[in-house]
Amino acid sequence: MTTAMPSTDTENVPIIEMTGVRVGSLHEPGTTVLEDVTWRVEACDYWLVAGMQGSGKSDFMAMTGGLMPPLAGSYRLFGQAMPIYEDKLLSERLRLGLVFDGGHLLHQLTVAENLALPLQYHHNVNRDEAANRVAAMLEWTGLDSWADSISGALGRHWQKRVGLARALMLEPEILLLDNPLGGMDLRHTMWWLDFLDQLSSGGGLLQGRKMTLVATGEDLRPWQNRAGNFAVLKQGRLMTLGRRNVLAGHSEPLVRELMAEGFGGG
Amino acid sequence: MESGNVPGAPRLRLLLRAPLPESYTNYAGRRLVRFLATAQGVGAFALITLGVIVTKLRSAPEVTFPAIRRELARSGLQLLPLFLFMSVATGLVVIGQAVLWLGRVGANSLLLGPIVIYVVVREVGPLLTALLVLSRSGTANVIELGTARALGEVEALEAVGIDPVHYLVMPRVIGMALGVMSLTVYFIIGTLASGYLCAFLNNVPLRPGDYFGQLAANLTGLDFAILAIKSCGFGALIAVITCYHGLAQPLQLDEVSRATVRAVGQSIIACVLLDAVFMFIYLAT
Repeated sequence: MTTAMPSTDTENVPIIEMTGVRVGSLHEPGTTVLEDVTWRVEACDYWLVAGMQGSGKSDFMAMTGGLMPPLAGSYRLFGQAMPIYEDKLLSERLRLGLVFDGGHLLHQLTVAENLALPLQYHHNVNRDEAANRVAAMLEWTGLDSWADSISGALGRHWQKRVGLARALMLEPEILLLDNPLGGMDLRHTMWWLDFLDQLSSGGGLLQGRKMTLVATGEDLRPWQNRAGNFAVLKQGRLMTLGRRNVLAGHSEPLVRELMAEGFGGG
Repeated sequence: MESGNVPGAPRLRLLLRAPLPESYTNYAGRRLVRFLATAQGVGAFALITLGVIVTKLRSAPEVTFPAIRRELARSGLQLLPLFLFMSVATGLVVIGQAVLWLGRVGANSLLLGPIVIYVVVREVGPLLTALLVLSRSGTANVIELGTARALGEVEALEAVGIDPVHYLVMPRVIGMALGVMSLTVYFIIGTLASGYLCAFLNNVPLRPGDYFGQLAANLTGLDFAILAIKSCGFGALIAVITCYHGLAQPLQLDEVSRATVRAVGQSIIACVLLDAVFMFIYLAT
């Protein structure tokens, strides 16, 4: 795959630009999960992509995160053709962070070691030099009491949060979150929504630098007053809905389902 | 080998899963295709690993060098007690049998040194060391990496821009190559020493100076060179094959045990084939 040289003018370049993209399955290469995805994410956007279980959210995030190439079509991240494999373009690739559903931590490492690893690897700092950054991130994400715990021993809620903290260690400009609220209790749900608001508005350790967010979910309700832009995955297609004000009373049956209108929850 | 493990195009996997008529030719053909596909996959993986070692050996040393030290400890230092025990046992067995049979055919103790060199230093020492390391560390490699793969840890590394081959495979290959070489040396030293002990206990009229003189007289520079290359080669082969089966293809948790069995079988075959290559070198010189 050819890649353009790093762009010098990033002002007008969309962060994500997909045209006619066909998304495959991460675990079954060659299988098509989504087709004809045309999508554009601008700087500081806050997207929620909703879909039922098995609609292809995780594969969509994996492809968007550069873990596999699109089967067809064009996908550019900051103007660079994805996926980026070349070492010389790694810095461009690291402008994107990915939080997995379930965290996908390195289970033999402690929480602090999981966070320190990307920093040590890319900036060649030893554990002591990384400790301050790690401590600050642990405190910001409420994980300081788990710092020395083996990550595999943590509950699912906390593993996801460690995955979030690890993705933030390299200070990405755009963060992809695969189903961050899946399986969360209400307390954790509120924490995540509030924390993502902070990221979106540049709060906390971001010091005013607003982050672009793309999250996936199975329920539109928690996001309707949080995310700015909405899309749904339906029958192998990405359907953009628009801004948050279009959700209420939307005619699309899937949107009504995801708003749980049939359950009296809308 | 299971067809699900065959790398390459989905069409090839489908072909290998296809129900074929039961005949010897089909069976043999199918096995041959699987063997070639596996050899191709392992070969490609070995080349990728070699490329990473050459180009990235010195990058991210704060992460990779401690990992190499850990692997060296795991495939070397921590196995030392087992190897000392095995070396003593091997020395006693080899020299015990040699003393017994040399006595029966009327040969004298001058042959003990050459027998130890030909049997232990050139053949049994490196091969037995490799097989023991395979059983202790090689299997652990497949299980660890297969589990990591099944739990999504490899994708997690890629997501933060860490090359899994650089972070997970390179330290194992270097650590295991050096570990097998070191253990082979300790194993041989232990075997030589216990061999003399066995001869002494069997009242063989052989003084220590004469015994070690025999050993020195029968060792050549080629022995040292081949010993180093062969033992490093065994370690690298085991590491590459076990890492390949754990890492190079998508695995579910319930497939890890089968991958481990495949990796052990193929590692043994690869080590024996490599040993045969070096035997031809000895025969040619």
